[in-house]
Amino acid sequence: MLGLSIREVSQALKEGRLSATELCRKCINQIERTRFLNAYITITEEQAMEQAQRADDRLRTGKPLGSLDGIPFSVKDNFCTENIETTCASIMLKGYVPPFNATVVQKLLDQGAVLIGKNNLDEFAMGSGSTDGAFGPVRNPWSYAASYREQSRGDPDSDWVIAGGSSGGSAAAVASLSSFLALGSDTGGSTRNPGSLCGVVALKPTYGLVSRHGLIPLVNSMDVPGILTRSVHDAAIVLRTLQGQDEKDSTTVQAQSTPHSIPEDFDIRDMCVGLPKEYHAPDLSKETLAQWSRVADMFEKAGARVREVSLPHTQHSIVCYHVLCCCEVASNMARFDGLEYGHRSAVDSSTDAMYATTRHEGFNNVVRRRALSGNYFLLKQNYERYFVKAQQIRRLIAEDFKRVFSSGVDVLLTPTTLSDATRYSDFIQEDNRTRSTQDDIFTQPVNMAGLPAITLPTGISHRGLPISLQLIGQTLQDWKLLTVAHWLEQQVNFPMIRFHGDSNEREVERSVSERTHITGL
Amino acid sequence: MVGVVGLEVHAQIQSRSKLFSGSHVKFMAPPNSLVSHFDASLPGTLPAGYQITQQRLPIAVDGTLVYCQFEGRKRNQVLTRSVRIKQIQLEQDSGKSLHDDERSQTLIDLNRAGVGLMELVMEPDMCCGEEAAAAIRELQLILQALGTCQANMAEGQLRVDANVSVHRPGDPLGVRTEVKNINSVRHLAKAIDYEIQRQMEVLQSGGTVLNETRSFDSRSGFMPEPNLPPLYVYESDACVPADVDPAQVVVIDRIRAQVPELPPARRLRLVETYGILLEHSFTLVNEDGLMNYFESVVQMTKAEPRKVIGWVMKELMGNLNLQGMKVAQSPISPHALAELINLVESGHVSSSAAKQVFQEMWKVPEKKARQIVKELDLGMINDRKELWRICQGVVERYPEEVQIIRAGNMKVLNKLMGEVQRETKGRTDPVQVRAILEDMTL
Repeated sequence: MLGLSIREVSQALKEGRLSATELCRKCINQIERTRFLNAYITITEEQAMEQAQRADDRLRTGKPLGSLDGIPFSVKDNFCTENIETTCASIMLKGYVPPFNATVVQKLLDQGAVLIGKNNLDEFAMGSGSTDGAFGPVRNPWSYAASYREQSRGDPDSDWVIAGGSSGGSAAAVASLSSFLALGSDTGGSTRNPGSLCGVVALKPTYGLVSRHGLIPLVNSMDVPGILTRSVHDAAIVLRTLQGQDEKDSTTVQAQSTPHSIPEDFDIRDMCVGLPKEYHAPDLSKETLAQWSRVADMFEKAGARVREVSLPHTQHSIVCYHVLCCCEVASNMARFDGLEYGHRSAVDSSTDAMYATTRHEGFNNVVRRRALSGNYFLLKQNYERYFVKAQQIRRLIAEDFKRVFSSGVDVLLTPTTLSDATRYSDFIQEDNRTRSTQDDIFTQPVNMAGLPAITLPTGISHRGLPISLQLIGQTLQDWKLLTVAHWLEQQVNFPMIRFHGDSNEREVERSVSERTHITGL
Repeated sequence: MVGVVGLEVHAQIQSRSKLFSGSHVKFMAPPNSLVSHFDASLPGTLPAGYQITQQRLPIAVDGTLVYCQFEGRKRNQVLTRSVRIKQIQLEQDSGKSLHDDERSQTLIDLNRAGVGLMELVMEPDMCCGEEAAAAIRELQLILQALGTCQANMAEGQLRVDANVSVHRPGDPLGVRTEVKNINSVRHLAKAIDYEIQRQMEVLQSGGTVLNETRSFDSRSGFMPEPNLPPLYVYESDACVPADVDPAQVVVIDRIRAQVPELPPARRLRLVETYGILLEHSFTLVNEDGLMNYFESVVQMTKAEPRKVIGWVMKELMGNLNLQGMKVAQSPISPHALAELINLVESGHVSSSAAKQVFQEMWKVPEKKARQIVKELDLGMINDRKELWRICQGVVERYPEEVQIIRAGNMKVLNKLMGEVQRETKGRTDPVQVRAILEDMTL
């Protein structure tokens, strides 16, 4: 039953074929069984079981709080959770227990969803591999899928691939079936990148559509809470719950009226799909390129208009993204001084000495380098050359997208990453900055422009790993984007993960799934 | 050599809550009792963790503050001066920290963190402590009249940093030093003058002035705040776009219409309405509540405002200053003072006796003026026979003086008048007494 979609499992809960406590217990067991993935920093078993019990009480009396009542979910550990440790995978916040819930977490809890744990990440969400956190790297569940293991001659404990990042724990949790939905954060691709490498659906909503209150910021002008699920329809259910204005985040906007579910009477022939020619990056793998062409053809054959478009400034995006990201990191990290919360150095010779050693001890090299670069870019003599220039280019990048969309394009179809997931041992040969530059190449322009984007798996590589593609939509056209993604999802029919040597378990689950389908769900 | 003084003022905005959080603003609250999640910049609260200022887009630029200064031996010559205001910008106040070296402890109070501040930067247009003090005094009055800042320096609501340098007129400006952490206007003037004097002595003895509080470039590390969408301000209602709810926007014309009477206008009105001296109008406006006190008394008596101002300036302010009290603490209410003045006006008590009554009222505020006059027998002697008898007695006791008067020196008549006043405790009308004495001696 862990492989069911939210819609399916919610129906089973409502009809009493399944209890929330039973479901929650199964998820917790699945977390334990997949501990080696390191997808969770904190498991909130006790609170989760209590929540599930309350959900059962409501479900039994036929008064569920909402469509997510009793559904287990997990949250990237850079979202604040009341009375539950929130670390950002950093020594700086080890042991920090926030007194409030992030708005998105609260909204899920208000719907009756059951929080089962906090997901691993790169420290303060800075990275693209989920390999640079204080609690160790996240392993991609597909490293243990039959499709990968059957071709690998290596030892499963050393030959494994990265989950992508920075929301690698969230993506791994959803992919490994321990969580039905996970929250990630997406600043330059941090939800879409691991979603893509772990073969799940990852949605980055329009900037401002979903509140950032309680999301420990990386880049305020680009951060968006991301949604990771196993189907586009599930992502739509979650988006409907999370979207909307929040007085605690002045950049949020009122959501337009949205359909109850993705429209079924949608005609792909009314759509125009753009293929940005600049996304033909030199390092793009042959297999990913082949997927991209295959799916583009799929749209064309189904009657959609498909045409090449140009986003001329996109090539400069990654450099500008880096400058802006560092500048905001410099100011966002200023609050961590060891005074109010979090790590505090034992050095007490002076307040300044305490600040300095606290920050040295609390942050890893990646955070320290970005903060240092940011402060350099913001020096009076550099401000115009770096920050202002990057902002100007940012505007040009946003205008590129605007022009393409106003020319009649509904969605853009692009690769999400250059290739399928890299082996961990290869990945760490390069530093974090080099990796981020390569891995965010197709994802961060969307954050620069504030647009909605979704990535979904469309095929399996010859290594037995997922290959995903990205659809980019117009500002606040998140529902149109979901509708097109839903159509595509149905065409590609991506298989569910099948763990190596886990056939019996899977058989049982498949039978539950089939039974559910047979009963007309 | 002359001094050159520029000021940087931080004025705490008088509001119930902080700039970006709902925490209350209160002086002397227990440490860390007015701190929200946001004020403590807990991770995930937006935008927090760094100071937000309007550095690049101040609320106002290129302004002028006109102020007055008193000169001359009796300090009654009013000189009008002005200082340019470079800019006014909003800022967030910081928390307070205190490092205890002995115990290697840092104590932090975040009550003040996040309180709204107005930063006013004044150009170096002043030359001495007195000018700076007068400018700050006028600024305090303006802010208090607007109700935007309580402007009490001792409570830290108004913080003034002075940049001081000296140079020979015509030469480039000298090296400047900072005078900070001053808790009253008087001390500000003294500290600036001391610093000017010190710098002049250093230079005259061949030394050089060093800038000890070398401030590093404060523009470093600033960037636009992405969490705060821009706030649009419109000149007039006509400028507000059609698709914008006019109730939800800031319109300068509307605010301008709500600005209350400001100190210069107030002083002009007092001079013109009541015919009082300009210097008195300054005292009326400067002392909190004094103008209302004065205007209430004027309304309740038939006496000329010029007479009322005498009572207010000499008797009331004299007693208040002596005891270090504020107008609101005066034991004599405007109504009680008006009653007393009315007794003088109606001839029931002489003005000199009334001053004794005033002192008695100050001590025993529950007694009415009329009652004190009666109890102390201070009522005017209007019986001509009695006056005649008293004058007769004085004339008989001072035969030599009478001779001198008869020889033509009328000045000595004043001594006899003084004797009559003394004997009657001032209960006589000097005009009447003089007439009788003249009759008797001439």
